[in-house]
Amino acid sequence: MKLMLHVSPGIVRKPIVSSVILETKALINIERAKVDAVSGEIVVDVDLDKCSEVKRAFEDRGVRVVLLENPIIKDDDECVHCGACISICPTGTFRFEGSEVVADAGRCVQCASCITACPQRALRLVLK
Amino acid sequence: MSEINERIRDGSVRVVTAEEMPYLVDELGTGGAVREVDVVTTGTFGAMCSSGLFLNTGHSDPPIKISKAWLNNVEAYGGIAAVDLFLGATQPSEDRGNEYGGAHVMEDLVSGREVELRAQGVVTDCYPRSELETTLRLDDFNQAIMVNPRNAYQRYAAATNSTERTLHTYMGTLLPRYGNVSYSGAGSLSPIPNDPDFEYIGVGTRIFLCGGQGQIIGSGTQHLPQNGFATLMVKGDLKEMNSEFLRGATFQDYGPSLYVGLGVPIPVLNEGIAKKTAVRDADIETEIVDYGVPRRARPAVRRVNYEELYSGVVDIDGSEVKTSALSSRHVARKVASALSDSIRRGEFLLTAASEPLSRVGRNSPVRQTKEFLLVGDVMSCEVVTVREEISIKEAARMIVGGTFDHLPVVSADERLIGMVTAWDISKAVASDKTSHISEMMTRKVFIASPDEPLELAARKLHHHRISALPVVDKDHRVIGMLTSDHLSRLYGRRRSP
Ligand code: SF4
Ligand code: SF4
Repeated sequence: MKLMLHVSPGIVRKPIVSSVILETKALINIERAKVDAVSGEIVVDVDLDKCSEVKRAFEDRGVRVVLLENPIIKDDDECVHCGACISICPTGTFRFEGSEVVADAGRCVQCASCITACPQRALRLVLK
Repeated sequence: MSEINERIRDGSVRVVTAEEMPYLVDELGTGGAVREVDVVTTGTFGAMCSSGLFLNTGHSDPPIKISKAWLNNVEAYGGIAAVDLFLGATQPSEDRGNEYGGAHVMEDLVSGREVELRAQGVVTDCYPRSELETTLRLDDFNQAIMVNPRNAYQRYAAATNSTERTLHTYMGTLLPRYGNVSYSGAGSLSPIPNDPDFEYIGVGTRIFLCGGQGQIIGSGTQHLPQNGFATLMVKGDLKEMNSEFLRGATFQDYGPSLYVGLGVPIPVLNEGIAKKTAVRDADIETEIVDYGVPRRARPAVRRVNYEELYSGVVDIDGSEVKTSALSSRHVARKVASALSDSIRRGEFLLTAASEPLSRVGRNSPVRQTKEFLLVGDVMSCEVVTVREEISIKEAARMIVGGTFDHLPVVSADERLIGMVTAWDISKAVASDKTSHISEMMTRKVFIASPDEPLELAARKLHHHRISALPVVDKDHRVIGMLTSDHLSRLYGRRRSP
């Protein structure tokens, strides 16, 4: 399960991810991170059984945590199944099933590359 | 052919798609296929920028002679008679830019939506009105005739990108360092590869165009069949079309384009045609070209066939590169099967061409008659290079004594291997850490070639925020230097009389 961590000013300089890993002993994969001097946005992937524990541990440290259940939406009325999104996505969210393009939304880390690459403008990020 | 049309009328016609045909020919041989199959249907659905729409709005009261017109803020050409307009698919809108364009207006009309027409007129005695604003649906136009100067390319080069930055092109988003390959075309389903010698396809051939019936009205612009790049000029009635087969699209940082669904039925009149319509994806070859080189003649990276492109990965210099299409195979199949269905229902008859398509065409570069400067015309040829063994002190001395802030560093055989700037030297002196330039030079140097247009080199300077480019020959030997100083001097000289 992917979690979006919103790290606010004041705690952004602290080793939050490491301390959560030490506390929960969960395997946490950092999939995307955008951190500057004042705040940050980190997408992590955690095993389903550790998910709520990890979420709580982050929240205890003042991080706002959002579950990314459906990070990206493909509008099937607009999609023409060209497949341009397939080679653009770094995490392999899209694939052909027969001649149709399907999305495995759970893989998306919201990097936004595919949004502009889709000529039909059929893709949209669900921002939380 | 009249026999086939007879069978279409009485419902006994036997139709297969161009994807099924190779298997049939394998099984039955070409002779058997001629006996068993009457028509092979082809189809393609992809971005066809060279598309547009003639519209006749009807006359207003008092009448107007339209000189300029906009549909949903997309300009349409008004310089044809009084109320005829031509709307080009790639024209961007004035308010929404590239996200909405002529192609989207066409899709809106086909989908039954209203569009806003705004027009300016030239006042004459017979056309006293100067302005017109109204809301129209497709039905309100007297005629809405799609005329596409260049559609259905026989094949199209696939695109990749060798540079360090992402490129946004009409071939879609191209990731840096050969990050992906983007291609277009429907492979063995494409119309022209199934009739490459135009035995059936010709002027007047009835085709499936965006859900309606249209005609081939000639060879398309840039038609170059002698090199395997034939194109078609087609026309059709927008009022018969269907948005499943006609879509407005946007290529990021490029502009709008129209996705056109086009299919041609090919009668299996003899074994020769049976053989040609049995073409497979693996038989259709194209090139992968590097869009990182911003010139008309983009270098080819390798040859490739459509089977490889469809597989999702191709090999470029030993690494696997993902491929993806801009055109849709899914909808191309729908085009071919929709065409097959309307033939089976007896609604679509085949037509003999009134004239063949030309077997040779022309696609030459434009004759450029205005001054066109190349890097070689402007660069300095007196360039001082250094070897990587020299000390910082020596390098500093050369910069102080010379006219450049940049020293290209070359190997023993004079090839460019790096660059040192005055700024690098001050930094090194300040930090007191390094003593030889080999440790501090920039190794990834942006370069120019002498036959590169100056405009492109200027864009490189600007884009990478640098002030000088070493100019190298094809062996990577430094033959000159181009600096932002050259450009500003040139500009200053051109402006002052
Ligand atoms: S790029 Fe857009 S239109 Fe093409 S398959 Fe992906 S979502 Fe569909
Ligand atoms: S935003 Fe698009 S490209 Fe990026 S990870 Fe999600 S699906 Fe893939």
